[in-house]
Amino acid sequence: MSTYAAPLKDMQFVIEELVGLADITAMPACAEVTPDLVEAVLGEAGKFAAEVLDPLNRVGDEVGAAWSDGKVTPPPGFAGAYQQFIDAGWNSLSGPTEFGGQGLPHIVAMAVQEMWNSANMAFCLCPMLTSGVIEALKLRGSDAQKNLFMGKLVAGEWSGTMNLTEPQAGSDLSAVRTQAVPEGNHYLIRGTKIFITWGEHDMSRNIVHLVLARTPGAPEGVKGISLFVVPKFLPNGDGSPGARNDVKCVSIEHKLGIHASPTCVMAYGENGGAIGYMVGEENRGLETMFIMMNHARLGVGLEGVAIAERAYQHALDYAKTRVQGRAIGQRSGDRVSIIHHPDVRRMLMSMKSQIEAMRALAYTASAALDKAKHHPDDNERKRNQAYVDLLIPIVKGWCTEQAIEIASTGVQIHGGTGFIEASGAAQYLRDARITAIYEGTTGIQAADLVGRKIGFEKGATAAAVIAQMRKDVWGLTQNAHAGVTALHAALSRAVEALAQATKWVVDQFPADPNAVAAVSVPYLKLWGIVAGGWLMGRAAELCAGKLAADATDADFCETKIATARFYVEHVLPQAPALAEEIIGGAASVLEFGEARF
Amino acid sequence: MKVLVGVKRVVDPNVKVRVKADGSGVETANIKMAINPFCEIAVEQAVRMKEAGVVTEIVVVSVGLPQCQETLRTAMAMGADRGILVETDVDVQPLAVAKVMKAIIAKENPQLVIMGKQAVDNDCNQTGQMIAALMGWPQATHISKVEPAGDVANVTREVDGGLESLTIKLPAVVTADLRLNEPRYVTLPNIMKAKKKPLEVIKPDALCVDVAPRLTTLKVVEPAKRGSGVKLADVAELVNKLKNEAKVI
Repeated sequence: MSTYAAPLKDMQFVIEELVGLADITAMPACAEVTPDLVEAVLGEAGKFAAEVLDPLNRVGDEVGAAWSDGKVTPPPGFAGAYQQFIDAGWNSLSGPTEFGGQGLPHIVAMAVQEMWNSANMAFCLCPMLTSGVIEALKLRGSDAQKNLFMGKLVAGEWSGTMNLTEPQAGSDLSAVRTQAVPEGNHYLIRGTKIFITWGEHDMSRNIVHLVLARTPGAPEGVKGISLFVVPKFLPNGDGSPGARNDVKCVSIEHKLGIHASPTCVMAYGENGGAIGYMVGEENRGLETMFIMMNHARLGVGLEGVAIAERAYQHALDYAKTRVQGRAIGQRSGDRVSIIHHPDVRRMLMSMKSQIEAMRALAYTASAALDKAKHHPDDNERKRNQAYVDLLIPIVKGWCTEQAIEIASTGVQIHGGTGFIEASGAAQYLRDARITAIYEGTTGIQAADLVGRKIGFEKGATAAAVIAQMRKDVWGLTQNAHAGVTALHAALSRAVEALAQATKWVVDQFPADPNAVAAVSVPYLKLWGIVAGGWLMGRAAELCAGKLAADATDADFCETKIATARFYVEHVLPQAPALAEEIIGGAASVLEFGEARF
Repeated sequence: MKVLVGVKRVVDPNVKVRVKADGSGVETANIKMAINPFCEIAVEQAVRMKEAGVVTEIVVVSVGLPQCQETLRTAMAMGADRGILVETDVDVQPLAVAKVMKAIIAKENPQLVIMGKQAVDNDCNQTGQMIAALMGWPQATHISKVEPAGDVANVTREVDGGLESLTIKLPAVVTADLRLNEPRYVTLPNIMKAKKKPLEVIKPDALCVDVAPRLTTLKVVEPAKRGSGVKLADVAELVNKLKNEAKVI
């Protein structure tokens, strides 16, 4: 069984050099975030992830969360780890400083969250949901609500949940039916919410539920949904948890993966009504949810990176230690570990190269988010916001779909052993599966990409990003390192494939949105593959520069260039094929009517 | 009571060390470095004593490259109050470190010096003893317990035969063994605070200490690879092999 080691070297390279930490530190709001601080934070987080969270991952899967009479018990060790987690202050990493948070930027939070997710994704979902509630209250909460909840949530003393889904309202939230009836200074909430992650547990002293519901007479559809904060225990005047609210967990789901994370069915108002307080304006709840969901989607994309990294480390450990057969062409002599077999090496490389490309893209998006928030120049803020808005569905959709494939390759490397649960490889595949579903399925991400992010603005932001890609890819031809110039041809073909497909999407979208929808997922995948390749090319270029300057980091730099080469030769060739599918493949979907199935 | 703790920057114990191609030492360039685990235990002990109200100030000292500042920051994130880096690019040996520590002790006047019993890079297990000798102070090495009581400290040493309990006069030097405590996880707020704690950088010259090596390393080599085993027929054959091949009996 492998143990997790945070990929600190690659994380630091991406943050400091590829994304450019200097640009972040240059913004007054992030002046504190120097490379030595990043190194110290990442180093300690890596230790905590490896020593506290990773060892609980198996037991979390095997035992899972348990429900009994409305109470949910987390797997053994989880409550203790949660206490350690909040005692060490990790919950407060990106929380606002006025409520006791450390206010560190997304780029640091991303890397740290990657570690938590690699080590124990099911555990990590609890603090992740809490940070979603913090974000929503920061955005739209009243001062009274902030004072009541924020400090406790930032510290992790109380945790948070998101209550959107109902049996009839999944991807289509306009169908939400939960009722909120005004009574005095609060509302009474009645209804059933499903798929509520960490909706009930005893690791934190209180749980703060954010609930979407309708007020009486609210308009039909998405414009009639409001947001409410509903605490499990109603806070007393001094802020301590008081009387139990009328909300309970009536069951938890039996799932394919993330067994340690209780997925709850929540019943509100079975005894008259759960007391809730409106957050923000009436009927504008979904708007708040969507702003927050943008962050959450980036976070789930990162889960893909994280689980893929863990699956890779697990498979690599096995490939290095499992001895089987002789090297091809050798009839005698010692048997070798399977990493000596070319096909196993190819599988490991496909995992490694895609993970590094995914990490580069996810961290690039989070740096853009920091700049969109903190850049002193208004135009730069706008430009970065558009950039990150474009990248979010790509990071979420592509990184999670690839994570499933990568975790599956991890199982494959183990051979028959991988199919056996005791190997641990299967858990990563099962856990990865949810990431392409929750916070909007890949189909929803693709619809967001071709509609809101490209179609509605006629591809303006996409065109700017593609122009930057062309410029950077052309730059590779000027490089002195032969390994870098060799990346140019395939990358250039891939960028042109993306440009053609984008032109088709922009042209078709107004007249025939159905045709665009039919090939939107391949289009999202094309974006991911090409953007990942673009960043791997830039990474190789930076490494060639470092090699030319001095040889102190030669091992890392040469490995990065070789990894980029693999990506370009084995992953990027999919780009022109995807473009062909996008441009020519819509009709066969649309013409095949429902009756033919 | 003021405590001085020495900390050393070493190759992270989780990293597999590699001998440099020219055999002059082990590879340290671009390798993850960390605080020596025994030094970490020493710092933890000082912090616990401060939390218990026995210690008023903890000063951590490191001798070496500018990067040792990171090691000092780690110690300060654990709870040390300030740091001193005696900066040199010389590969310092125990005697040089002990002399530097003597000079720092003269400036700082601590009641207790806590060192790790040894560093995991070269396993010397000498520096603490040398400091005590240079200062003419009592020493207790390999301790698993230390309790200051007025002008003495009650300590428990881990010795081959078991545990040895001693009372030593202060000021003194003690060196931490593995079971003295279990170091805490550094908290995020304390990492942030450590950035703002005072860290003084001085050169050995300013302390009038010559840190030049006294010992010369001839060659560093990897341990010999273990050969494959063989099955022996009987004890006689084993004795024969031990006598004539291994030459150990």
